[in-house]
Amino acid sequence: MKTDYNEDIRLFKYRSTFFWYLALVIGCLILPLLLDEYLISQLTFICMYAVAAVGLMLLTGYTGQISIGHAAFFAIGSYTSAILTAKGVPFILALPAAGILAGFVGVIIGRPILHLTGLYLAIATMGFAFIVDEILVRWESLTQGNMGFYVDPPSIGPFIIDTELRYYYLTLVVLILTLFAARNILRSPTGRAMIAIRDSEVAAEAMGINLAKFKTIAFAVSAFFAGVAGSLYAHKLFFINPESYTILLSIELLAMIIIGGLGSLHGAVFGAVFFIFLPQVIIMTKDYMPVYIQNQTGLEPALFGLLIVLVMLFEPMGIYGRWLKTKFYFEMFPLYKKDSFKREKKYQKAERH
Amino acid sequence: MAFFRAENISISFGGLKALNGVSFDVRKGEIFSVIGPNGAGKTTIFNCINRFYDLDEGAFVLEDHVISKIKPHEVAEMGIARTFQNIELFKNTTVLDNLILGRHRRRRSNVFTEILFSRSVQKQELESREKAEEIIDFLDLEAYREQRVINLPYGVQKTVELGRALAMDPKLLLLDEPSSGLNVEETEDLSFWMSDIKEELGITILLVEHNMRFVQQASDRILALDFGEIITQGNPKDVLNHPEVMKAYLGEEDVFTQS
Repeated sequence: MKTDYNEDIRLFKYRSTFFWYLALVIGCLILPLLLDEYLISQLTFICMYAVAAVGLMLLTGYTGQISIGHAAFFAIGSYTSAILTAKGVPFILALPAAGILAGFVGVIIGRPILHLTGLYLAIATMGFAFIVDEILVRWESLTQGNMGFYVDPPSIGPFIIDTELRYYYLTLVVLILTLFAARNILRSPTGRAMIAIRDSEVAAEAMGINLAKFKTIAFAVSAFFAGVAGSLYAHKLFFINPESYTILLSIELLAMIIIGGLGSLHGAVFGAVFFIFLPQVIIMTKDYMPVYIQNQTGLEPALFGLLIVLVMLFEPMGIYGRWLKTKFYFEMFPLYKKDSFKREKKYQKAERH
Repeated sequence: MAFFRAENISISFGGLKALNGVSFDVRKGEIFSVIGPNGAGKTTIFNCINRFYDLDEGAFVLEDHVISKIKPHEVAEMGIARTFQNIELFKNTTVLDNLILGRHRRRRSNVFTEILFSRSVQKQELESREKAEEIIDFLDLEAYREQRVINLPYGVQKTVELGRALAMDPKLLLLDEPSSGLNVEETEDLSFWMSDIKEELGITILLVEHNMRFVQQASDRILALDFGEIITQGNPKDVLNHPEVMKAYLGEEDVFTQS
């Protein structure tokens, strides 16, 4: 029973939720101590992609604007951070600068194209990504073009982040901060305005929401997180070139949030886990498969693709949807009914449709 | 002096004159209804006030401010709230969030203070929350507070939409067919709320409606439109009994006798 409005604006609804998240964070801190270097680096990739996915989730999952140009913001972040640190700027400044520049470009690009909707917007963002790609290739004095750019391991003050473990902790901290920021936006007027735009643009406008302004904010914030993720990516790989930022990366990010479950921050993280972790699982389980399957060429990508198809077929709400159902099952046990989540649609369709 | 005024407004879509030289005044604190058969241009008036359409000629004036040149979202900032004929709620959020969204025009925070969820943002959230609770109390929505709108019955959705408009603290409330799709009981509740909105909250209401009994009960004055032109306006009894109005709704008398 709630007795105070303060309870409604809490970050964690129940005290138990807070403890579960605390346990999760502690788990994330301890886990790498049990794993080898390679798996730790995979965890790092999960955190890194999750940061970008959270950004895209704000734009696509919450504001309803599709972008297949996020690789460009990722690239802008990577190159900004790489170039700044090469010029002697400390990493701790270069990381946010990467996000800020990406966000700034997001404002400039977003303002004119965001009155487009749906697929038209998606294609426009793709066009923007092509332009950025071309600039990275041609502006050789700054980016060294297709030759690529060598990046130093980051350091914070005298502390050099040069092992897999340290880098994992760095990306984990960035991911946690990202989730905090995203959560705070979502429980404030801006987040609500974003959701309003997604659900009904006319009504949002009639509520006094400036569509152009809030779409641009969503685009900029989203680009900011993509830029930060890009910076983390550059300092992880030590070498970047324009080929790392193709449209495939944009589409992977989009796939992550759709598989994870549109419209939830959990979904963004689940999607990143699915995308990085599943191929590893497939490789690991390969040894236990019959020999004639083991030796098939292209087995991993095919299985991975098949799993994506299956998730979309059987869980359109994504992994987060499945998570909710599983949780509900245990909360309601033994009263769970199979159709608890079936939505009644009788009021949704007007007679004319 | 008139509180809200339409001055000689006209708009056409291609060759169709949807509104042709329509003028009317709404006095402060009254319920002013617009009636007319389908396609008479009633909802078009609302969409023009909200600036979803551009007027070809004429102007809307709210308390001496011309509001027919401002941007759509600024209309809400001027204190005009509306509901829609086919519900336009934010479907995937809760009733509470929908109501709090009505508070958007009172927003003082910006995205940077919100990322930090600073004290001032928290205070603002609590204020919005309190206001939303007042609306919940006013419209008897307690049972639905935390429910997602998409799962609610039609009548309740209509009420939530009314609540969302009220949460904006408007001066002028535009209601587009609020009683359509409601059952008898819900329609009665609605007329009580409307008189409460008028008398307790002091909000002026501009109403578009088809339910004639409801219009007659609720309105202080009525404007009758047909084919984008005014047939007549005045007090409910006179307008509803006006021969041209009857004709607009029922057709020519001899049409029936001939067929």
